[in-house]
Amino acid sequence: MASTFPANDGAAVSLRGVSKHYGALQAVDGVDLDIPRGEIFGLIGHNGAGKSTLFKMMLGLVEATRGEILVGGASVRGRGFRAARRDLGYLPENVVLYDNLSGLETLHFFARLKHAPRAQCQPVLERVGLAHALDRPVREYSKGMRQRLGFAQALLGSPRVLFLDEPTNGLDPQAIRDFYATLRGLQAEGVTVIITSHILAELQERVDRLAIMSAGKIQAVGSVHALREQTQMPLAFELQLGAEDIPAVAQALEQVTGAPPEAFSGGLRLHCPRAQKMAVLAALAPFGARVRDLKMQEPSLEDVFFGFAD
Amino acid sequence: MELTQILTIAAKEFRDRMRNRWVLAVALVFTVFSLVIAYFGGAQQGAVGFRSIEFTIASLVSLVIYLIPLIALLLGFDAIVGERERGSLDLLLSLPITRFELLLGKYLGLAAALTLSTLAGFGLVAVLLSRQMNWAGMYHYFGFMLSSVLLGLAFLSLAVLLSVLARDRTRASGLAIATWFFFVLVFDLLLLGILVGSGGRFGGEAFALLLLLNPADVFRILNVFSLEDVRTLYGLASIVPPSMGSPAIMGGVMLAWIVVPLGLANWRFKP
Repeated sequence: MASTFPANDGAAVSLRGVSKHYGALQAVDGVDLDIPRGEIFGLIGHNGAGKSTLFKMMLGLVEATRGEILVGGASVRGRGFRAARRDLGYLPENVVLYDNLSGLETLHFFARLKHAPRAQCQPVLERVGLAHALDRPVREYSKGMRQRLGFAQALLGSPRVLFLDEPTNGLDPQAIRDFYATLRGLQAEGVTVIITSHILAELQERVDRLAIMSAGKIQAVGSVHALREQTQMPLAFELQLGAEDIPAVAQALEQVTGAPPEAFSGGLRLHCPRAQKMAVLAALAPFGARVRDLKMQEPSLEDVFFGFAD
Repeated sequence: MELTQILTIAAKEFRDRMRNRWVLAVALVFTVFSLVIAYFGGAQQGAVGFRSIEFTIASLVSLVIYLIPLIALLLGFDAIVGERERGSLDLLLSLPITRFELLLGKYLGLAAALTLSTLAGFGLVAVLLSRQMNWAGMYHYFGFMLSSVLLGLAFLSLAVLLSVLARDRTRASGLAIATWFFFVLVFDLLLLGILVGSGGRFGGEAFALLLLLNPADVFRILNVFSLEDVRTLYGLASIVPPSMGSPAIMGGVMLAWIVVPLGLANWRFKP
C-alpha cells in the first residue's frame, strides 16, 4: 500500500491558522502547529478548551471554519481522504466497542474498513497483550482489556500518525507502563503520536513536546523543560537542619535571594527563581554535612499547566 | 462510493441480527401469528379452520400493518445514535469511509435482516398452506409478502432518519414509538375526522391522495386492491380512485417512502 507520506522528514501534522466557530462560539481560534515525524506530542487543556474540536479537525471529522490542516502532507478531507485516512490510527475517548464480537472479529471488521491486511490482526492483538483473549466476546472483557482492544484497532494498517484520546483510561499502572513502552517502539519505527491525557504527571516524563490549550488557543508549545523555563516558576527547596544552624543558613540564603527563607521546626523552606539554583547550592556548600537533607522540587507539569491555562 | 465499505458495514449489521437470533425470533412471530389468523381468524363468525386465501390475506394485512412498522422502527432506531452514544461513530468516520457509505451500509444490513425474517416467517406459512392455495392464491400471497417487505423497509428508513436526528437513544426510542402511533393509529383517524368534520367537502380523489402520505395506508391499498372480493371489507376502498389500484404506481410510492427518508437522513447526518 502506497503511503501518502512524503519521503522527506517534513511535519507529520501541520496546522495553519485553523479556527472553528459554532455560531458565536469560538471553539478553536487561529491555531498554528507543526508536529514533526516520530514525535510523541501531548495536547492538554481544561474541558472545553478546544482540544476535542482540534482533534476532530485533525482527523477530518469536523471541517475547519478557516485555515488548513495537513496530515502526512495531505488533507484528510476532500478527494484524497481515503488514502490520507489509511495512514491514521484513532482511539477515541471512552469508546465502547461491539459486545457481541470477539476481540479478533472486532479487529477483522476494522481491518476490512481500513483495507489493512487481515493477517495483521493477530500480531496487533499480541502487541497490546490480548493474545490470550482474542476469541472471547468483548462483553467479557475488563475495562482495561477494552481499552487495549481500542488501542489495537488504532494500530491496524500500520498508521503513520496515531491520535490517542485519553488512551490510558482504565489501565492499571503496569499496563500504563507497557502502553508507553509500545508507544516508544512505534516512535522508533517513525510513527508520530498525538496524545491527550488528564493525568498530567503521566504525560510529564513521556512526551517529547506538548501544547497547552485554553480558550481555543494554544497558549504554549514546547518540551516540558522548555515550558518550565518559560513560566519562570520558582524552584522549591526544603532543608533539614539542626536548630542551632537555622539562623546562619537563613542569613546565607537571604544574601542570595534577597528574601528571608521560611523557617519550620526541622529546617528551612525557600522558593527561588530557577536562575538562582546554582547560587543557592553554592551558598549551602560551606555548611557541608550540617545540612542534613536537601529536597529540591521543579515545578510539575501541573504547575506549568495552571501557569498557562488560567 | 466504495461498495466494499458499504458491504462491510452491512455484513456486520446483518450478522449481529443473525447471531443474537433477532431474525429467527421475528420470523417465528410472523409464522405463529399468521397460522393463528389463518386457522382461527374466523372464530368470531363461529367457524374454526382455514377458510379462503383471500380471507387469510385480508386478516394478515390487518396484523402486519401493526406489527411490521413496530418491528422495523425498533430495529432501526439506534442504528446511528447507538454508535454515537457508545463513542464509536467518530471512530468509524475517521476510517476511509464516507458518511453516506456508513448510513447505507447500516440500512442495507438491517434491511437484509428484516427482509429475511419477513420472507422466512410468511414463506413458511405459504408452504404450510400450499395445499389449500391455488395459483391465483399463491400469486396474491406472494404480492402480500412483497408488499410486507416494502412496508418494513419504508419504516426502517424512517427509523434510520430518527436515529440520525435524535440526540440520544432515549429520545430516538421515544420518537420511534411516536412515529408508530402517528402512522398506524392516529393518521387514519385524523383523515376520517377531517372527512366527517367537513361534511365531505374535502372528499374525492384529491383527498384520497392524502393516503399516500402514510406508508401503512399505501400497504393497505396495495393489498386490498389486488383482492377484488375483499375490497368491500374495507370502507376506505370506496374513496380510493382507480389509479391507486395499480400495483406498479403504489409500489413506486412505497419505494419513494424508502428513498426519501434515507435521503433526508444522509442530508442531516453530521458526526
